[in-house]
Amino acid sequence: MRRLAGAERRREFLLGMRMGVGPGAAAFVLALSFGAEAVARGWGVGLPVVFSMFAFSGSAQFTLLTTLAGGSAVAAVISAVLINARYLVMSVALNNSLEGGRISRAIQAQALCDASFVVAHRNNGGYDIVRLIGASVPQWVLWSSGTAVGALTSPSPDLMHQLGLDVAFPAFFLILAIDELRRSKRALTAALLGATIAAGLLFVTTPSYALLGAIAAALIGVLPQKEGDPV
Amino acid sequence: MRLWLSVLAVTVISWLMKASAPLIIARRKLPASVIRMTALTAPVLLAGLIVTELGGEHWQALDWTKIAGTATAGGLCLAKVPMLLAVAGGIVVTAVIRLSLR
Repeated sequence: MRRLAGAERRREFLLGMRMGVGPGAAAFVLALSFGAEAVARGWGVGLPVVFSMFAFSGSAQFTLLTTLAGGSAVAAVISAVLINARYLVMSVALNNSLEGGRISRAIQAQALCDASFVVAHRNNGGYDIVRLIGASVPQWVLWSSGTAVGALTSPSPDLMHQLGLDVAFPAFFLILAIDELRRSKRALTAALLGATIAAGLLFVTTPSYALLGAIAAALIGVLPQKEGDPV
Repeated sequence: MRLWLSVLAVTVISWLMKASAPLIIARRKLPASVIRMTALTAPVLLAGLIVTELGGEHWQALDWTKIAGTATAGGLCLAKVPMLLAVAGGIVVTAVIRLSLR
């Protein structure tokens, strides 16, 4: 992978930060719910905030929060980890774009989250790691601070619903998808297949497992590609 | 203690999952077919996220006001409105519809 020059790295980092503010704002809203719900379930104020700061993974955090109350800790941890299985695929996707030695690359990969992964996707099929890290900075800050605010103030879920704040995430994902799907017919086909798989799986399982199943649609990339087609 | 240990376990395993490829595959070259597949992960993930965010568990969260707000944001984006304003527009439309239905 080509290493970016200093000025270009700064530009990509700032671009990533700008692109990360929107999903970060949506993450803040979701984090309010996480913090409030964790306090309601007896986690206290400190633990949910520490969890958000270090795990930085909404789906796994919500899963642990909901499953731990009703069953064994081992089963709850396994559920939360399985929810994040998509990170294995995303880690492979990022691997060729990471920079430096093994440990440095493993540390860079910690900035991985759904929105940053998409924001960092380049037209040539690779990923811009500097932009990915930039996009994760505001999301991490807003996710962690949102958890703290939620834990301290316990805002009413009804009020947040009434204000339409639950639209933030799907709206951002749709806007990111509009750009992403313009890249190639193959991306559009894979996305439609992924949406269909997720829609079908939602009838029988939770959103996180439906999402994991949808990633199977990327397997169409294994099919040979016509020369000159974008990735 | 059980709570803290569970949180620690999920956190550490999440770190390892994110770091799995750089730690295991390292700098080995992947076949072209795998690279093509990984390039499609982003659009597929996005499509799945839109469906799961709108549908919720067993489609029970499906709400036409949320779809209207999301579509508004998408329409504003196509009309070249900046991302944050487009999302804000979607949120406002959803809130106004919900308020008018009360």
